[in-house]
Amino acid sequence: MSQFAYLSVLAGCLLGTAWLEFFLRTRVYQRAIRLVLTIIPVLIVFSIWDAYAIAQGHWNFDSRYITGITVFADIPLDEILFFIVIPICAVLSFEAVRSARNWNAGDEIGK
Amino acid sequence: MTYTQIALLSVLIAATADLFIFKTKLLTRRVFWVSYSIVIFFQLVTNGILTGFGIVKYDGEAIIGSSSPQDTAPAILGDGRIMFAPVEDLFFGFSLVLLTLVLWVWLGRVGIQRDPRSGPPRKSVQKILRVE
Repeated sequence: MSQFAYLSVLAGCLLGTAWLEFFLRTRVYQRAIRLVLTIIPVLIVFSIWDAYAIAQGHWNFDSRYITGITVFADIPLDEILFFIVIPICAVLSFEAVRSARNWNAGDEIGK
Repeated sequence: MTYTQIALLSVLIAATADLFIFKTKLLTRRVFWVSYSIVIFFQLVTNGILTGFGIVKYDGEAIIGSSSPQDTAPAILGDGRIMFAPVEDLFFGFSLVLLTLVLWVWLGRVGIQRDPRSGPPRKSVQKILRVE
């Protein structure tokens, strides 16, 4: 356990889902513009929530296990990366299920 | 507001975004619920690490359960917690995942990188997955 503990969990999330892009051809990283446009609003909304929760003391971070870099409003860099990594993992999981099962999600032409 | 209140409110907001604002209606689709059940399993694992090791700690005033202890792990189950994490985290995670997928699907629907579509899985995994 070190200042990279939180980051290691996030790295684990990215590594644990990366194989989906290749083996299930999720084509999520391939659609990078759509992915970035998805993440930006999520990042903004959840950062506001995070800033409020940190200011109110709803949660706090053990300084031994995070990088110690804060981005704004006392939000650790680790948290900001969380709001980028988890959406990526969610979209990868979603597209993996679609790839494996061919189920409609509503963005097909004419659906 | 407490974490409990905001977390529940966030589910309402995300559901409203899905059903009425972006009209993606993922909450009515099998693909969403199957994806979410996979995600929630891994959320319990990874969030269990973050909360069980005390990387993130919670204030008992803001959650149903009590404050995270300073130097030991919180309850693995009970005291308002599941896999060390406050139950509120499940609502937080649900909103995060739903909002993300609503935006992803909506962007595709308005024509932003709808293609290339996902799939098919590589031959090496098709048999394992029993692809329909």
